[in-house]
Amino acid sequence: MLTLEGLDVWRGPSQVLRGIDLQVRAGEIVALLGTNGAGKTSTLLTISGQLRPRAGRSTLEIDGRRHDLAKLDPAAIVGLGVAHCPEGRQVFGGMTVLENLRLGAYLRDAAGVPADLEAMFGLFPILAERRSGLAGQLSGGEQMMLAIARALMSRPRLLLLDEPSLGLAPQLVEQIFTTIEEIRANGTTVLLVEQNAALALELADRAYVLESGAVHLEGQASSLAADPRVREAYLGLGPTAVEAVL
Amino acid sequence: MSVERHHLAWALLALAAVAITAYGEAYLSGYGRTVLGFAGIYAILAVSLSFSNGLTGLFSLGHPAFMMVGGYIAAILTFPVSRKGFMLPDLPAWLATAELSLLPATLAGGLTAALVAVVVGFPVLRLRGHYLAVATLGLIIVLRVVVNNADGLTRGALGLNGIPRLTNLWWILLWLAITLLVCWRLKHSSVGRSLMAIRENEMAAACMGVARARSKLVAFALGAFFAGVAGALWAHLLTNLTPNSFDLALAFMLVVMVVIGGSGSLTGAIIAAVAIMLLREFLRPLEQTMNAYGLVQIIIAVLLIGTLLLRPQGFFGSAEPRWLRLGKTVREPEGSAAADPRHRRATAPADN
Repeated sequence: MLTLEGLDVWRGPSQVLRGIDLQVRAGEIVALLGTNGAGKTSTLLTISGQLRPRAGRSTLEIDGRRHDLAKLDPAAIVGLGVAHCPEGRQVFGGMTVLENLRLGAYLRDAAGVPADLEAMFGLFPILAERRSGLAGQLSGGEQMMLAIARALMSRPRLLLLDEPSLGLAPQLVEQIFTTIEEIRANGTTVLLVEQNAALALELADRAYVLESGAVHLEGQASSLAADPRVREAYLGLGPTAVEAVL
Repeated sequence: MSVERHHLAWALLALAAVAITAYGEAYLSGYGRTVLGFAGIYAILAVSLSFSNGLTGLFSLGHPAFMMVGGYIAAILTFPVSRKGFMLPDLPAWLATAELSLLPATLAGGLTAALVAVVVGFPVLRLRGHYLAVATLGLIIVLRVVVNNADGLTRGALGLNGIPRLTNLWWILLWLAITLLVCWRLKHSSVGRSLMAIRENEMAAACMGVARARSKLVAFALGAFFAGVAGALWAHLLTNLTPNSFDLALAFMLVVMVVIGGSGSLTGAIIAAVAIMLLREFLRPLEQTMNAYGLVQIIIAVLLIGTLLLRPQGFFGSAEPRWLRLGKTVREPEGSAAADPRHRRATAPADN
């Protein structure tokens, strides 16, 4: 569905992505792991058209047609069915929950929006209770649910999720991850950026580990979870950690 | 509250506006009609500024510049051909021989102002916050210098006088109604939501597929169109135009109206515009008897500071009073029929 080949991206004077190769197949949940500054968010921003690559290709294949994302503006990319749920929730704080959700469907015609609103309220019942409240007055967890629901309102084929667990209590994180599984079951492909590597590897089918803007490791989530390099560097479970304690 | 009662509220307000206009035209003195007319023109200006500035978060001070464009274009178009020859010798022949009635001249003024906004907007709307304010301030100064020096087209600093008094209260009411209707409909549509999204969070708005540059340009040009219309009405109400009428003090006054009324609230803009205009006229005799010129400015400035301290989101926030809202909204759940949360004082976002 999504293919990135040799992507080089610069932000101002510094290169943030160095030859990223990445593939997401339809129906998968793919996790993008790595430390702060590894280039995870930049990768998502490049896919959604908000950063432009200097070299390399970013191709989306939908219904047998290939689209060169590097040539399209963000609005066109949303129109193709790629929804970007940005890092740090970024809800429209001065607007109501309902208005936030409606904005998610901005590029669609109005038909079907009421039904989708009901579907979102089914997925996140708390949003139904808060529908006429201001988004800025929701708790962090509720804002995260709103951000995900808002992204889903565009009926995406591919959902780009940037750190849905950021700053949330563990119980809420579990709930959000269960929802991501549901979203995939409903037919949306998910590319998930996550700091919580253990949880992400549990959920994802495959994963990429980024380091300094390049793909460091890739593979099946289960085999990466067992990889000593990942265990040591990202899960804090490696043998050295154990020895250190002893 | 039912939709029928909302319609009733609108019908009553429209009836009241028509009654005031009819009364004004029939019984008020020339001075009284001018004051009422200016209240209406300020309301048009404040509503359009609240739409382009308040809703979209563009802090533009350019309204007087667009008024100047609209005013001069319209005045040149309606000016008697017999006097154009010696007063405005540099006009091209097709303008020198044209003498239009008010409506086409007003439209031409508004459209020219919108055109200027589009041309200026391309580079200027890339700026945000106070950079945009400074750039639009520059626009006022540039246009004033141009008008001051294009003697043969505008009579420069002497100003254009003897413009036919074509504006009456009915014209002002008509344009106020059009301005309000257009801005209201747009505000409560997906266009309005996308503009508010830009104000709230540009990056997230882009993630939703909002074309930011185009949306901002549309809002800016629409505000400029109505400013141009207001300038044309102004010129034909006052019957004279000088470039120095369109200065920073006017820009400040309009911004104050929007801030006090509530950025993005059209109702608030109208109420604030009419209230400030009437306050100014009522206090004018006081200024004269007390020999305290500038008193009004001081009072308005104090009102502004008070608003910013006590109610920074303005009187209405960016919302409209509940009893005026129309349209198919999703049914509110029981028990949440209290005021819109935007009426309440803005508080820090909650988190856990």
